[in-house]
Amino acid sequence: MKFNDALLGAVFLALSIAVLVTIQGYPKIPGQSIGPGAFPGLIAILLGGCSVALIWRGWRERRAQPLVAIGAWLGSPRHVANFLVATGGLAFYVLASDKLGFLICGALILLALFLALRVKPLLALVLALVVPVVIHLIFYKLLRVPLPWGVLPVLW
Amino acid sequence: MLHAYAQAFALVFDPYVLTVILCSALFGLFVGCVPGLTATMATALLVPITFFMPPVPAVAAIVTATAMAIFSGDIPGALLRIPGTPASAAYTDEAYAMTKKGQAEVALGAGLVFSAIGGLFGTAVMITSAPALAEIALKFSDYEYFWMVVLGLAGAVFIGNSSILKASISLLLGLLVACVGLDNPAGHPRFTFGNAELTGGISLIPMMVGMFAVSEILRFVVHMDPPLQLATEKIGNVFKGMWGLLVKYPWPLVRGSALGTVIGIQPGSGADMAAWMSYAMAKKFSKEPEKFGTGHVEGIVEAGAANNSALAGAWIPALVFGIPGDSITAIAIGVLYLKGLNPGPTLFINNPQNIYAIFLVFILANIIMLPLGWLTIKAAKNVLRLPRNILMPTILLFCIVGSFAINNTVFGVLLTLVFGVLAFVLEENGFPVAPAILGVVLGQMMEENFIKSMIKSDGDITAFVTRPIAGFLAVSTFIILLWPVGAWLWRRHLRPQPTA
Repeated sequence: MKFNDALLGAVFLALSIAVLVTIQGYPKIPGQSIGPGAFPGLIAILLGGCSVALIWRGWRERRAQPLVAIGAWLGSPRHVANFLVATGGLAFYVLASDKLGFLICGALILLALFLALRVKPLLALVLALVVPVVIHLIFYKLLRVPLPWGVLPVLW
Repeated sequence: MLHAYAQAFALVFDPYVLTVILCSALFGLFVGCVPGLTATMATALLVPITFFMPPVPAVAAIVTATAMAIFSGDIPGALLRIPGTPASAAYTDEAYAMTKKGQAEVALGAGLVFSAIGGLFGTAVMITSAPALAEIALKFSDYEYFWMVVLGLAGAVFIGNSSILKASISLLLGLLVACVGLDNPAGHPRFTFGNAELTGGISLIPMMVGMFAVSEILRFVVHMDPPLQLATEKIGNVFKGMWGLLVKYPWPLVRGSALGTVIGIQPGSGADMAAWMSYAMAKKFSKEPEKFGTGHVEGIVEAGAANNSALAGAWIPALVFGIPGDSITAIAIGVLYLKGLNPGPTLFINNPQNIYAIFLVFILANIIMLPLGWLTIKAAKNVLRLPRNILMPTILLFCIVGSFAINNTVFGVLLTLVFGVLAFVLEENGFPVAPAILGVVLGQMMEENFIKSMIKSDGDITAFVTRPIAGFLAVSTFIILLWPVGAWLWRRHLRPQPTA
């Protein structure tokens, strides 16, 4: 998905203005002329300058460069679905892993992504059950990462 | 000194460390060989695991895996015409043309042997120059460090093949990310939005995993290319004829290794830049430039050596100044800090055995590359047949666990998701990601030295340039910054004015 430079420039300009507004409330280091706002302020001013240049460039090329150019993959429902399953899987883990646990979340994410990527259903099911267990054993047992158990009892 | 070397030997030749080296070598060879998995991704995926290791094996794992990945990126280049890592892209067409001519073993053999030699060359430069540079760096104060960081960041933006404007924006975004949290000279929570997780700042590792691993996975799931086709099934003895090539092309080898090391040292440009530039140079200086592109081994000799020597070169500023030479060392510096091995000249004085151990690992990695690389080439057919639609989801699960493991909170996973999507969108729009990473890694160092210098000089900006080394660094920085403007004016000057 390609955006026109002017559009992205506007987003970055908004960001730099937001930063400049935010740092107004920051205190100064006692007895010094500079405070915690100085460095982000400097960066924001530079970013603002670059954004204006980017907007100007995008505007100049507005005929050649459409506002939003849909990438080839966005026209293919299958690839859009793949993208949504991959990002959605991560979001699902963030929201549900505490409740459901690593093993269940991991299995569901893998199964969804395997099926989206056209792995044969039976193989996908077997792998979705085995792979999280292997990863869990490596990180939970060997490296002692406290991956959540969730609804499952502590098995090992 | 000798005592420290003996200690370094004991640190490296320990069964645990050797096992780590072997495993990460195999991991690196595998990752490099699979198209779509890069050496930087290998590092990002390794970091969560090295988190649980003592310092020397942790660094050894990264050094070994990246050296192997840069070499084995040549394999799919020669067999599929798809570079396994971006560092092999410069000579992929050449290697593939050789495979088409039935010379796959020569292309792969040259990639392997000259990668190892280039890597050893870069290592030799590192061993001789890093301690000497550390002596100089000891004299540096905040002013010099400030300029070193600025110089490094300027290099990251101006030396590269993407738009300078977009690289600058990417860098500034990275610097802004580095501002988040409580960890600033005033100890004031910045941009935390009242979120307790953000007061600690944005953890580097989940961010890296997102930008280098998740974004690659996203690129894979939306890619629309046809399935891969192997160009050849049989590969002969890869070491045959290599001595002949060494005798025939000593200069390209030395030139590639030297140029690669220098490009590696320069912050912001790594192995891929080194390969492109030295391939171009090989063609320019060759006696038979017309053969380039038709399956001629000379460019592979030079560029293959260059990309591996760049890898070692990038570690020189990383160890001496804490300024990464490329995105891989940017991650490695994060690991050094986590392990209490804060890079900088004092590391050479207080813990020389650790530095020497890193040197030894580099030598070892480039030597075991030969037998292990040979095995990988033998197994390449099977590795390349591995279904990537099974591999990629599995890596995604690794990303989740890895980003969780650093602070044991799902906030890390959220960061991985956000930065993965961000990197994906930025790259689709022509923004390079490497400057952003350098910005995040160096942001804090830059701010600290800036504020300290300002306080020391009582707000007097001239103090930044009056010390001799600081002045020299300042001038160098401005030359790099003004170079594109000068070049633009020069081109305008040369261009004939339109008459109508």
